[in-house]
Amino acid sequence: MPEIRFKQTILECIMATEQDKLLEEVTNREYQYGFHTDIEMDMLPKGLDEEVIKEISRRKKEPEFMLEFRLEAYRNWLKMESPDWAHLKIPPIDFQDMIYYAAPKKKPQLESMDEVDPELRATFDKLGIPLDEQKVLAGVAVDAIIDSVSVKTTFRETLAEKGIIFCSISEAIQEYPDLVKKHLGSVVPPGDNFFAALNSAVFSDGSFVFIPKGVRCPMELSSYFRINAMNTGQFERTLIVAEDDSYVSYLEGCTAPMRDENQLHAAVVEIVALDRAEVKYSTVQNWYPGDKNGKGGIFNFVTKRGICKGDYSKISWTQVETGSAITWKYPSCVLMGDHTVGEFYSVALTNNYQQADTGTKMIHLGKNTRSLIVSKGISAGFSQNSYRGLVKVSKRAENARNFSQCDSLLLGDKCGAHTFPYLEINNNSAKVEHEATTSKIGEDQIFYCNQRGIDTENAVGLIVNGYVKEVINQLPMEFAVEAQKLLQISLEGSVG
Amino acid sequence: MLKIKDLHAKIDGKEILRGINLEVKAGEIHAIMGPNGSGKSTLAAVLTGNEAFEVNEGEVEFNGEDLLDMAPEDRAREGLFLSFQYPVEIPGVSMTNFMRTALNEQKKHKGEEPLSASDFLKLMRDRKKLVDIDSDLTNRSVNEGFSGGEKKKNEIFQMAMLDPKLAILDETDSGLDIDALRIVANGVNKLKRSDNATILITHYQRLLDYIEPDYVHVLYKGRIVKSAGKELARELEEKGYDWIKKEFEE
Ligand SMILES: Nc1ncnc2c1ncn2[C@@H]1O[C@H](COP(=O)(O)OP(=O)(O)OP(=O)(O)O)[C@@H](O)[C@H]1O
Ligand SMILES: [Mg+2]
Repeated sequence: MPEIRFKQTILECIMATEQDKLLEEVTNREYQYGFHTDIEMDMLPKGLDEEVIKEISRRKKEPEFMLEFRLEAYRNWLKMESPDWAHLKIPPIDFQDMIYYAAPKKKPQLESMDEVDPELRATFDKLGIPLDEQKVLAGVAVDAIIDSVSVKTTFRETLAEKGIIFCSISEAIQEYPDLVKKHLGSVVPPGDNFFAALNSAVFSDGSFVFIPKGVRCPMELSSYFRINAMNTGQFERTLIVAEDDSYVSYLEGCTAPMRDENQLHAAVVEIVALDRAEVKYSTVQNWYPGDKNGKGGIFNFVTKRGICKGDYSKISWTQVETGSAITWKYPSCVLMGDHTVGEFYSVALTNNYQQADTGTKMIHLGKNTRSLIVSKGISAGFSQNSYRGLVKVSKRAENARNFSQCDSLLLGDKCGAHTFPYLEINNNSAKVEHEATTSKIGEDQIFYCNQRGIDTENAVGLIVNGYVKEVINQLPMEFAVEAQKLLQISLEGSVG
Repeated sequence: MLKIKDLHAKIDGKEILRGINLEVKAGEIHAIMGPNGSGKSTLAAVLTGNEAFEVNEGEVEFNGEDLLDMAPEDRAREGLFLSFQYPVEIPGVSMTNFMRTALNEQKKHKGEEPLSASDFLKLMRDRKKLVDIDSDLTNRSVNEGFSGGEKKKNEIFQMAMLDPKLAILDETDSGLDIDALRIVANGVNKLKRSDNATILITHYQRLLDYIEPDYVHVLYKGRIVKSAGKELARELEEKGYDWIKKEFEE
């Protein structure tokens, strides 16, 4: 894809902290009047017990099975303990000091792009975010200039014609309760782990995707098209179901810096792929990482799991992670059907005092199952970046194959990179290969670039983008270009 | 073009360059020879702005500007080029992308528009012919897995792409087979004009058979201890450095 390489542009320097300040200002400019009463009406007091959960379910007008789902999860959660953090240093979280239900906050509506902070716009431009999307992010009324509402309508119509469902999970619970009941919790059961249990008990909203038999979704499904998905709060829930012979590529997140007052984020994503179905899930995560000294920042504890239920199905996860103070995330594939394929492509970048513990789990259950893991860690500043991967081959999984490539790139000598591959092989026919490398951006490499007229900032960008190419190439084109720029911006000021 | 006055530089407190004086004018080719460890590569590193070395005395003027005051990338953009004695590998970064970035930085510095993709590719094709470098090499990552000779050829290819005012070639001839040596030398000769200049760092006469220097200098213990015309190189080839060392120690 030479086009992508050519699109790389030269970025001027805006320090990350300045960006954050700007965003804070913009996002804090709440509507001054009338908002208060909204809050009073649509918010539950702090704390969590069965009454709070019943109230959440009642306010969301959910069917009975959902309340039971939530309560079961809550009872499980009570019996669980917060996981052992291994390489993460996590301050204790007081779960009774949080609010578990608040109506989505409305951002102030601005009349046009002219009202948006020029420096915030500059950041958007640097990231190459399309104008339409910029407006959504900055809270500009979109129908005024370009009629993106009609774009969205056309988009919905096209999907509806094919029988594809793409809506919020709350809407799905109301409209398609049977589908939701059948699949919700089938991949990540309500008692799966501490944070998944908490999410199951209190989740506020998220996305639902259903691709019927034999349908190839004609476009990338991006949560951007559902504006309200942007404000789903701290416990997001996503469910994707691909029936026999279907295909979908789903994009989550965005490269613009995301700020949120909620420090804890615990999302759950479930994917079900039936016979010969293929699901591609791509995500770029850029939550607020905290300041240069490690203050503030979001804790991101995510459970993402897909099940290749039908024979010959395939699930592939691609992620680019640059955000959060603490990230704990292991997108996994359960290869249940025969001849199924699981893939994991990941770039995790940590800078300053960020901590990331990410990786994947590939569980081989069916015969002739294959998995591929490509993990690229980049650590700068004082950050700690760990890869943790499990490859498990069950007794009946004849001829399972796995290849793992785990690379770490260090910028400077105050950061750390750690690789923890775990293998559980219970079938002798399995072939499992693991390769790992650790490298440093050398001063000699940077000087070589300098000598050709490329400054240090751009030299680092060039070298880093070369290093992550294999993963970036998995992303849809537009996303790939944004992701490359994001990596470069995230490293500004970290070298030289 | 280049005026070096009493240049001293050190690394880890050890003085390597101990008072270099040299003037290079447009249209000239200078050869710098000298025993191993005498400071030839150090001179190249200091001129191109490698921060590992500390300049503790002296001045360098490049096209009327204070060279030592410029960032390394600005020196390059102003037309100073170094063909490295040991070119570095940059995995994953394609030669195409690398060269395009470098060239556009230079254009931006001069206030010119960046090259379009098609003009750039045309230039690549043209310059590849000039130094007879394999397309296979320019399709790969920068120097990654290149043989020693291929790396040297690639340096000259980059020089041809960037069209510098002053090129320093640090032992570009070492590691080249006979054909490659001729090709590289031809490339350098073809790029030579009355408005650019070249400094050749070499140990051997054979490169100077192809590229005729106007001056030959001997660097010894951080100083230029002898300068003369091209006949000096032949003399060194015959007699070695002992007589110069002796002369110098006296
Ligand atoms: N990074 C360094 N740290 C310590 N000493 C150094 C360093 N780089 C160079 N030197 C020393 O400086 C002196 C000059 O080295 P330089 O590489 O300039 O020699 P040279 O003339 O290019 O030799 P050659 O002909 O072998 O290439 C040597 O004694 C070398 O050991
Ligand atoms: Mg040398």
